[in-house]
Amino acid sequence: MSSTLPAGGAAFDPVSKSVKQNMTNPPPGNAVRRSPLADKMFGWVAQGAAWLTLLLLVAILMSLVVGAWPAISKYGLGFLTSTTWDPVKNEYGGLVMIYGTVATSLIALIIAVPVSFGIALFLTELSPAWLKRPLGTAIELLAAVPSIVYGMWGLLVFGPILATYVQQPLQTAFGQTPYLGALVSGPPVGIGILSAGIILAIMIIPFIASVMRDVFDVTPVMLKESAYALGSTTWEVVYKVVLPYTKAGVVGGIMLGLGRALGETMAITFVIGNFNQLDSLSLFQAANSITSALANEFAEAAEGLHQAALIYLGLVLFFITFVVLALSKLMLAQLSKNEGTKT
Amino acid sequence: MKLCFKLSLTSLVAAVAALPVMSSAQDVTGAGASFPAPLYSKWAADYNRATGIKINYQSVGSGAGLRQIEAKTVDFGASDAPLKDDELAKKGLVQFPTVIGGVVPVINIKGISPGQLKLNGQVLGDIYLGKITKWTDPAIKALNPTLALPDAAISPVRRADGSGTSFIFTNYLSKVNPEWKTKVGEGTAVNWPVGAGGKGNEGVAAFVGRLPNSIGYVEYAYVKQNKMTFAQLRNAAGTFVSPDDSAFKAAAAGADWAKSFYQILTEQPGKDSWPITGATFILMHKVQDKPAQATSSLKFFDWAYKNGDKTADDLDYVPMPANVKVIIEKAWAEIKDGSGKSVASK
Repeated sequence: MSSTLPAGGAAFDPVSKSVKQNMTNPPPGNAVRRSPLADKMFGWVAQGAAWLTLLLLVAILMSLVVGAWPAISKYGLGFLTSTTWDPVKNEYGGLVMIYGTVATSLIALIIAVPVSFGIALFLTELSPAWLKRPLGTAIELLAAVPSIVYGMWGLLVFGPILATYVQQPLQTAFGQTPYLGALVSGPPVGIGILSAGIILAIMIIPFIASVMRDVFDVTPVMLKESAYALGSTTWEVVYKVVLPYTKAGVVGGIMLGLGRALGETMAITFVIGNFNQLDSLSLFQAANSITSALANEFAEAAEGLHQAALIYLGLVLFFITFVVLALSKLMLAQLSKNEGTKT
Repeated sequence: MKLCFKLSLTSLVAAVAALPVMSSAQDVTGAGASFPAPLYSKWAADYNRATGIKINYQSVGSGAGLRQIEAKTVDFGASDAPLKDDELAKKGLVQFPTVIGGVVPVINIKGISPGQLKLNGQVLGDIYLGKITKWTDPAIKALNPTLALPDAAISPVRRADGSGTSFIFTNYLSKVNPEWKTKVGEGTAVNWPVGAGGKGNEGVAAFVGRLPNSIGYVEYAYVKQNKMTFAQLRNAAGTFVSPDDSAFKAAAAGADWAKSFYQILTEQPGKDSWPITGATFILMHKVQDKPAQATSSLKFFDWAYKNGDKTADDLDYVPMPANVKVIIEKAWAEIKDGSGKSVASK
């Protein structure tokens, strides 16, 4: 709204015509001022929508706390460190599921971030032009595959492959080595933390990669060309020009992927083994995640402590996502504070 | 989560669709156990064709079914685990069984065909306790002296979700394996000492099919339809039996239904009884706020007992024995309206 307004628009507005000729920036037309009520109402509606979201968030949090109260008042924070989950004796602790959720998401990130970075880098900097579109679309299509399909594929196809070609060789190679041996102990059946983490990685790669590609694409060409003109290699351009310019978007994309990994349910249920014991830290061991426990047990959970403990788990997941989000904001703030300083 | 959402959406749609006709006070809504859900929906469809009355059954799980009938949001609830008589009295509910089903141990060992492997409750319990870890364990050898079993680790598979199937299975293990009873106990979900968890019968079946040298347990209908390799079990009378309709019927015949409907049919006497048998139950309120709905519900089950046996057979459920049906219909007299008049009409 301004100098780019086509001159023809003013022809219907005889009142402002004389004013207009003297000004490069004409004031807004009368239409805006004619009904301050409508304007205000629009403002209220918009504000209401914003507050409604906040209200919903608080309401969800409150209903979670109310639902989980029997478990919270009985166990307190001890719930987070106890590994017992025994519906028969009515004793509950959430450490197994919390560990499963965090461990699988971490494995997923460790795999997905470098791969997504490579995909985005290739698509924006290295790929020949004719390959960019089909490859980019194919990766986005991966995001549209329903999670239950990943779960079934993971259980029936990927699990056996992982067991035969990765887990069994690893066990024969490192089974006797201290520390490393503990990581690869357990039944090599392709069900457990490792396979769940890998399936999650495959699921979040399209999200992280397409966000990264989009933000890499918006880096001004002039900056990149200048760096190239100074003799930078492709890697230097990406590392010293593109990444600093797009770090907010990159961190955002990773957080989007992490959020999805933390909340994924169906695919995890299929491949994690749903095993509520924490007797070894092996990556091959069957385990459980918060979402998987909720999906499996909620429908049949008797009213009372069992149900409350499950809702408590939901609350913990809510809290984990909140912390992750807060950490990413903090990280971004830290990054922008250091901007412009010499490294 | 997505699935839950979809389920609740479909049930919502079903409820909304039923609303306008609901006022005719004939259409009935029920919710609960997923094990009998295919049968109830088939019965409901046949009943609708015969009478024009709609029965909406939501397969939400036994626990949720119990919650819904307690909250009076449905006309009848359904559960695979029966309530004890004192619990029933406390909640003001009445329960009665509809059909019988069996839980069957299935195995995946190369070279072993259905019914070849013989197990008993003690050994089955020890496998799920993690005490017997190899197929060549002396206890298994003792039951199968001539069978060539591999020297491999056993991978036990069990249900990950809370389910009536697990309830019947763990109830059986608690009866026949004292250590199981003290360490784990019985319930729709328990603290499993070992084993990978599959979601639903199909999840367990998929795990067993995929993992070599594994053992799992599923509903009989699942074994039959998928031609899975089942194991024979030694029953209370000491004979080894294979799971089939007659073995489940034999287990049901042994129970004293006249005394109470709280009957868990595991480890029943009789030389033909399959030891892991269970009935599935309907729950209704003793005092009805909406007597017309209750009459309508009971008419449906009356119709199902009289005309539904063939459907049940086709879907691999076992109908209740005729004498038990008579006892059940007599017990319906307990269900009354606010003024104390019985709602069951002939």
